Amino acid sequence: MRKTVNQRAWLFILPVLVLVAFNAILPLMTVVNYSVQETFGNNEFFWAGLIWFEQVIGSPRFHDSLIRQLIFTFSILAIEIPLGVIIALAMPRKGVWVSVCLVLMALPLLIPWNVVGAMWNIFALPDIGLMGYTLNAIGFDFNFTRQIGDAWFTLLLMDVWHWTSLVVLLAYAGLVSIPDAYYQAARIDGASSWAIFRYIQLPKMKRVLTIAVLLRFMDSFNIYTEPFVLTGGGPGNSTTLLSIDLVKIALGQFDLGPAAAMSLIYFLIILLLSWVFYTLMMRNEE
Amino acid sequence: MARITLDNLGHAYMPNPVNPADWALQQLDFEFDDGGAYALLGPSGCGKTTLLNIISGLLVPSRGRVLFDGEDMTTRDPTARNIAQVFQFPVIYDTMTVRQNLAFPLRNRGVPAAEIEARVSEIAEMTDLTEMLDRRASGLTADGKQKISLGRGLVRDDVNVIMFDEPLTVIDPHLKWQLRSKLKELHRRIDRTMIYVTHDQIEALTFADRVVLMKDGGVVQIGTPVELFERPAHTFVGHFIGSPGMNLLPCIMAGDTAMIGDTPIAVANAASVKPGGALEIGIRPEFVRFADSGLPVQVTRVMNAGRYRIVETVTQTGETVKLLASNEDEVPSEATRLSFDPAFTRVYRDGWLAGEGRGA
Repeated sequence: MRKTVNQRAWLFILPVLVLVAFNAILPLMTVVNYSVQETFGNNEFFWAGLIWFEQVIGSPRFHDSLIRQLIFTFSILAIEIPLGVIIALAMPRKGVWVSVCLVLMALPLLIPWNVVGAMWNIFALPDIGLMGYTLNAIGFDFNFTRQIGDAWFTLLLMDVWHWTSLVVLLAYAGLVSIPDAYYQAARIDGASSWAIFRYIQLPKMKRVLTIAVLLRFMDSFNIYTEPFVLTGGGPGNSTTLLSIDLVKIALGQFDLGPAAAMSLIYFLIILLLSWVFYTLMMRNEE
Repeated sequence: MARITLDNLGHAYMPNPVNPADWALQQLDFEFDDGGAYALLGPSGCGKTTLLNIISGLLVPSRGRVLFDGEDMTTRDPTARNIAQVFQFPVIYDTMTVRQNLAFPLRNRGVPAAEIEARVSEIAEMTDLTEMLDRRASGLTADGKQKISLGRGLVRDDVNVIMFDEPLTVIDPHLKWQLRSKLKELHRRIDRTMIYVTHDQIEALTFADRVVLMKDGGVVQIGTPVELFERPAHTFVGHFIGSPGMNLLPCIMAGDTAMIGDTPIAVANAASVKPGGALEIGIRPEFVRFADSGLPVQVTRVMNAGRYRIVETVTQTGETVKLLASNEDEVPSEATRLSFDPAFTRVYRDGWLAGEGRGA
């Protein structure tokens, strides 16, 4: 079948293209510009070739941040996706409780990110925070500002608290869109609850879950504000994720070249991993 | 395999039904014989799907009982009833192949693998799915998917009844006919009770041995397709079945003779018409002829319907009478007279066939 080619469509997306060009592509190009040059201030730039890229890729500091970032991202994905699906399955499909649940679920998503960080910082403080104080009172030696394990525990808990709702809402949307006939047919076919989940609910949620995984992956890989407010990357460098490290290099040390090279590598990693996720999750789609 | 008895059945979707309109399903007593082909026919909202869901166990009726071979099944779930159902929209398990889809009801019941394999091949052959067995079910066309649904219904050889809920709705017209004859053929071959819900009279009349015609939650007539056509128990049946539907003409009784205006009309049930009520004469267009004597009419319109023509006429009192004329017949251009075949001309009182059932 021949498709009609309608060039007029370009006219309609032109405004968006212009906007994207100004707020994304042009800044990105300045970053590209910085990444291949050396500057000693005074707005003087010298060609540096790929030296910053080589430096970043070979740097143990970058490796450590990247590994921490990967551990963080895969941990929250491993917790938030299954947890979100379980909560969505447990939510009511009909009645007044639907709206109550949806509002409760949406609440964490409405809170500004730095507020989330500040809330959890205070909440987890061992001397005055509700969680920190309680944990110590019942016999745990909990101090997230000094102990690496506690810092990570608080960081992961905060992200799970903040973002599982998003997965819940997406999964719930997928669940309610399944026509009743599927459940009726499954009952008639004698399917167990597990079989219903495995062969009806999960396949029907696949598309929304793909979106959930991609969104959570990209957001968590970019995460900055919450861990910055909560732990500031510490204790030591133990919770210094990629973006925190990047800001330290760019704005703390004003190493524009290495920071620019790192930004581009960072960007390519996200792009690559997103593509891998998408391809893996969509490989069976017709 | 079972005889299904509906005993004093009724259902309302609201908690405290007061007036008759609150009932989605009115009082109903009926028996489905083992191995029969039934159709539940009626316009949308007449309660046929409600009835189907009550039989399959997806819905518990507000009143009455459902018996399978005398055993009370009213509150048992679909699995316990051992029934199969094909839905309006094809329900398939997307991630499975056609083979896995067909095997699913058997696997859930722990049937041995060898038996599943044999059964699936047999059903695939019956439903023309053999060549697609190893394809992913989600890649099939709508009619292919509906065949999978059908196959899943047939695959258990011990189901009590197979139910169809308007299964051809999403099928292309030229494939509808094919699937319909397939269903009929399968019914003859496996000899299992089948209940087919539809609002399409042709589907119902071609599939079923017995048709249950419903309206507003109640059963209007139960009979063979021929009975519904030749002897409608209610003017609704006459109107709903047949294309065009039955002509209805207000009449009066003068002794034992029915009169339309000044014209006496010979009717089959004149002797059993009791006085009172609004009387109408019902006659199908198929049994009306042009004649030299009879009801005077004016021809107003002739519509060509391919192999025959539909002639629309109007009586002196402004009632429309339709009749069928073959393409060879000469249709008078204006004033003429009509004669009705007395064997198929009946008087209805308040909608019901006079002298029978609720028209008595």
